[in-house]
Amino acid sequence: MDIIVCIKRVPETAEADLVIDGTKKAIETDDLVYSINEWDNYAVEAAIQLKEAEGGTITVISVGPEENNEVLRRALAMGADEAIRLTDPAFEGSDAYAMAKVLAAAIKDMPHDLILTGVQADDDGFGATGVALAQMLGLPYAALVTDIKKEGDTLTVHRELEGGLEEVDTLKLPALLTIQTGINEPRYVSIMGIRRVAKKEIAAKGAADLGLSENDVGLNGSMSQIEELFFPPVGEGAEIIEGTMDEKAETLVKILKERGGIA
Amino acid sequence: MEKNAGGSFLLETADPDDIFTPEDMTEEHKLVAKAAEEFLLGEVAPVIDDLEAKKEGLMPQLLRKSAEVGLMGGDIPEEYGGMGLDKISSLIITEKVPLGGPFAVANVDHTGIGSLPIVYFGNDEQKKRYLPGLANGELIGSYALTEPEAGTDALNAKTTATLSEGGKYYILNGEKQFITNAGYADIFITYAKIDGEQFTGFIIDRDSEGLSLGEEEDKMGIRGTSTRSLILDNVKVPVENLLFKPGKGHVVAFNILNIGRYKLGGACVGAAKLALADTIQYAKSRVQFGHPIADFGLIKEKIGEMVIRTFVAESMVYRNAGLIEDRLKDIDMTSPEAGFESARGIEEYATECSINKVYGSEMLDYVVDEAVQIHGGYGYIKDYPVERYYRDSRINRIFEGTNEINRLLILRMLLRRALKGELPLVQAMKQAASDLLKPSGLRQAPQEGMEMLESLTENAKKIGLLVAGAVYQAHPDDLSEQQELIGMISDIIIEIFAMDSLLARVKKMMKRNNGEMPEIPGAIANVYVIDAMMRIERWAKLIFAAVAQGDVLRTQLSALKRLTRYMPVNSVALRRKVADRVLQAGRYLVS
Ligand SMILES: Cc1cc2nc3c(=O)[nH]c(=O)nc-3n(C[C@H](O)[C@H](O)[C@H](O)COP(=O)(O)OP(=O)(O)OC[C@H]3O[C@@H](n4cnc5c(N)ncnc54)[C@H](O)[C@@H]3O)c2cc1C
Ligand SMILES: Cc1cc2nc3c(=O)[nH]c(=O)nc-3n(C[C@H](O)[C@H](O)[C@H](O)COP(=O)(O)OP(=O)(O)OC[C@H]3O[C@@H](n4cnc5c(N)ncnc54)[C@H](O)[C@@H]3O)c2cc1C
Repeated sequence: MDIIVCIKRVPETAEADLVIDGTKKAIETDDLVYSINEWDNYAVEAAIQLKEAEGGTITVISVGPEENNEVLRRALAMGADEAIRLTDPAFEGSDAYAMAKVLAAAIKDMPHDLILTGVQADDDGFGATGVALAQMLGLPYAALVTDIKKEGDTLTVHRELEGGLEEVDTLKLPALLTIQTGINEPRYVSIMGIRRVAKKEIAAKGAADLGLSENDVGLNGSMSQIEELFFPPVGEGAEIIEGTMDEKAETLVKILKERGGIA
Repeated sequence: MEKNAGGSFLLETADPDDIFTPEDMTEEHKLVAKAAEEFLLGEVAPVIDDLEAKKEGLMPQLLRKSAEVGLMGGDIPEEYGGMGLDKISSLIITEKVPLGGPFAVANVDHTGIGSLPIVYFGNDEQKKRYLPGLANGELIGSYALTEPEAGTDALNAKTTATLSEGGKYYILNGEKQFITNAGYADIFITYAKIDGEQFTGFIIDRDSEGLSLGEEEDKMGIRGTSTRSLILDNVKVPVENLLFKPGKGHVVAFNILNIGRYKLGGACVGAAKLALADTIQYAKSRVQFGHPIADFGLIKEKIGEMVIRTFVAESMVYRNAGLIEDRLKDIDMTSPEAGFESARGIEEYATECSINKVYGSEMLDYVVDEAVQIHGGYGYIKDYPVERYYRDSRINRIFEGTNEINRLLILRMLLRRALKGELPLVQAMKQAASDLLKPSGLRQAPQEGMEMLESLTENAKKIGLLVAGAVYQAHPDDLSEQQELIGMISDIIIEIFAMDSLLARVKKMMKRNNGEMPEIPGAIANVYVIDAMMRIERWAKLIFAAVAQGDVLRTQLSALKRLTRYMPVNSVALRRKVADRVLQAGRYLVS
């Protein structure tokens, strides 16, 4: 089975003090630490587990500058076989739709039985790239996948829905899945693995190589564009719970139950 | 003198292109750092409290697990099941392990002094037998040199080895003390005197008959590591387990300690970054007098200085790792000569290794002390990790050779190289002394920028040579009795290595920055070099006053005055700038 995993390099923003840059459309990224998008790490692990069970190949693809080789090589060290980087100044400003076009242009000519992406990206949270890619390639897809079983050319997948529901679907290969965190326990990257792939070529392809014009990608090729990024003002309505430790805990549980936070 | 020869930093200015700096890390180095970090944060950091409570079996379990991602066998050659990493990669791992609290000491003990004696001094058969296990976590290593009566004075060991009748075994008797990893180690590298005379290394298996352990020590810090004594009561050690050569234990022991020493410097740098990260976050969130305490000048001054010293130590250890890598990388580790050649290579940088040990451990003690201070009363309470950082730091000035003995070694190893004709130190001391008499020989320093810093560093080297020469001349026969003077000379030498390494790094950054001094590293260089000059001036005065009087002293002091003339920089503003940078970034970040 030939599996393709689309991975992204994103800044770690959860605990950083973010600053909005001069364009008001992006954040300052100089001081941030970058990593593989969390969802994508689960997707890479899912691919490796499928390969371990079924055989085949894994190719990881990332769109971005040379620094993205770091996440690609990381995936190689975990167990992917090949890595391709798609890079072109023209790609800048792409929304999920345009990004899916870039990926589709690269993938359409590659053998693929299964394409995995993360459900969403940590930084822009589009949550659409994978699904749009499936549409463009004309593949059946399932989003928010938390379990994968393969039998012949049929996949049985579980999807995580709101309200604690879980759905089981079947799809015929080739197909695309967007992977939810928690589907597996991604392995640690070993230094042995890093050494093994240290010398491996990572091919880079630009718009022309993919047969894309300037109008297909970037802002021109996008259906939406960012207008502004801002921090919402701190709202009112915080409630300070008073009392002894036990009383506080009791009140808190009561409120959470009332508002549906816990069952 | 060869380029980058051991000790040459004292005589010439480093060429930045010959020096490894953290900015030279490759993509592979960065991946190694991240892999180590992910494992440590995922598996070890969450259970530090359990380690501290000495939860049975946890430390060895984590050590073995860490082997799966490659944290145990970095320095072991590939031929013997390890990874044969370059010294930079292995230093990167060492820098990361403090994320695991006491795991750091257990890991560094295993990968350093617990394995390297076999890597460098074992024979092929010993390497085949032990190294694969040490690399894959089956075996945990430990190093047992210290004895109750032989601490700093390690060669005073009382443990004896006697060849058995039939010549198959050595029978070892004695007691080793304060042995890290003892409780869960599978092998011990230890030393005993054959027939009470020939100091010799041995590898002992844990399950040897007659081997037992003392109780766990109840320690101030690194409470999660095992520290016990090793009692050898007629332990039969097969003759095949004799390490290197009979009577050559000191070659093994001291060279391995050299590596242990600069690695310790690297671990201290990692620990300092951790303490800084906690402190920066705390200072930003703790509000007093209506402001985050990070807004206050006295807090910024501390944070700025913490960053400065961390940066300097980092420049020093990576330079040292680069030097040793260059010197050892071409040695065929499977050859029977590998031990001798490695020893020679490592010994060449013995001074630099001791410098890194002393500087790293004292830098960290400063950093954790201020980290506690910035946390106020909370820093004294166990809920905050800085309380542990503070306790854990203290041991670094004691083990791997106390800082006192390392200060003595810094000068002793330099003189040894000089006497062997490997370093033209004596000539340079004479030259400096004769320059002193002709005022024209001492040009005045430029007043600002990198040129000023470089010229001050050159002057510092001259001062170093002058004081060393003056002491040498005054005490040709009883130099070793002049410990206080040697200590201060070594302090000056340490500062010279610090300044030289710092400037080489900043110059390399300038090259990549179109020749411009990058703002924050530039601020660090300015503050540090001027401060170091003030310290050096003080030590030099004290040294001169201890060895000369009258006109001689006056001449020396006036030369010193000329060499230390400079326009002070606005260190207050620059330190604030450094602090503001890391406060903005939220962690140690110097770019
Ligand atoms: C937690 C811990 C872990 C350890 N792990 C190990 C280990 O794994 N393996 C191992 O072999 N050892 C280990 N040690 C031992 C450690 O290396 C020794 O404690 C250290 O070398 C100092 O020896 P000592 O304690 O006997 O002190 P001493 O040698 O008695 O020194 C006491 C003081 O006298 C000073 N001093 C001694 N001689 C001189 C001199 N000639 N001139 C000037 N000052 C001098 C010292 O600097 C020190 O300040 C460990 C110790 C501790 C506490
Ligand atoms: C073991 C222990 C016993 C104690 N016993 C008592 C007791 O019996 N009674 C009692 O009342 N208290 C007691 N205390 C509390 C102690 O007095 C406080 O911890 C201390 O005053 C510091 O306050 P803080 O911990 O809130 O630190 P903070 O005030 O938050 O200080 C944190 C850091 O910010 C610095 N800082 C704060 N304000 C400024 C400023 N304006 N400019 C520059 N720097 C500033 C501080 O110097 C410190 O470095 C005790 C604390 C401990 C740990």
